[in-house]
Amino acid sequence: MIDRKWIGHELPAAVLPIERTRLQFFAKAIGETDPVYVDRAAAQAAGYPDLPAPPTFLFAAELDAGVTDKLLDDLGIPLANLLHGEQSFVYHCPVCVGDTVTVRSKITDIYDKKNGALEFVVKTSRVTNQDDVLVAELSTTIVYRH
Amino acid sequence: MTTPRFETVAVGDDLPPLTLPPVNRTMLALFGGASGDHNPIHIDIDFARKSGMPDVFAHGMLGMAWVGRLVTSWAPQAQLRRFDARFQGITHVGNAIRCTGRVVEKLERDGERCVRVELRSTNQFGQTKIAGEALVALP
Repeated sequence: MIDRKWIGHELPAAVLPIERTRLQFFAKAIGETDPVYVDRAAAQAAGYPDLPAPPTFLFAAELDAGVTDKLLDDLGIPLANLLHGEQSFVYHCPVCVGDTVTVRSKITDIYDKKNGALEFVVKTSRVTNQDDVLVAELSTTIVYRH
Repeated sequence: MTTPRFETVAVGDDLPPLTLPPVNRTMLALFGGASGDHNPIHIDIDFARKSGMPDVFAHGMLGMAWVGRLVTSWAPQAQLRRFDARFQGITHVGNAIRCTGRVVEKLERDGERCVRVELRSTNQFGQTKIAGEALVALP
């Protein structure tokens, strides 16, 4: 069982500079061919200062920073038993190449189902940019299959 | 892209569906690198088997990114207010995913006219992999 003491735990901040080649790689990986996501001129024609980060990209911040790995380690969840249960994004303003975002997360709930065979960890995150503007909020439910 | 307009969008309207090629190992390797998710269960068959899985399988967030493409090919991303996914089944190598969406409600939220879109991704056998929802502001 995951120790319920982790409810309320605040994770270290994860800082992610939004870089053009990374977004182009991400677009390739998801099969995105809309020029807005790969071509700066097309993004600017669509009203963005540069390529926008696609809707799910911000999930990368805590992975890159090692925050996700450390959390799984702290909670004692082996990668082999990990599933993603739910994910939500609330968007307040676009994130584009040139921005640097900071993700700050907190564990807001831990519960179990099926007599403990499945445990759920809920993490909520606030994402701010270099001007300290709230750009997005995330909620992630991870599942530990015992 | 012609941005849909609030006046002309109706509850029950379907978004143009998005059909993906069958999942292969190259896709999973590329997504692992691009997304920052280096969990070997998605890229290393030896690790997957040791973990009790028959093979590697797709990252949930790859499936969600595909559903995101469905939404942003319908309305510009700057109008996306909320995007939720519930992962309902493992997407296996060879699964051919189809993403669909339907307008289920027209509403006003924080002074903006919005539509709520119900989203789904299914494999070629009709099994649901993601059930989700988006809130999109429309001019």
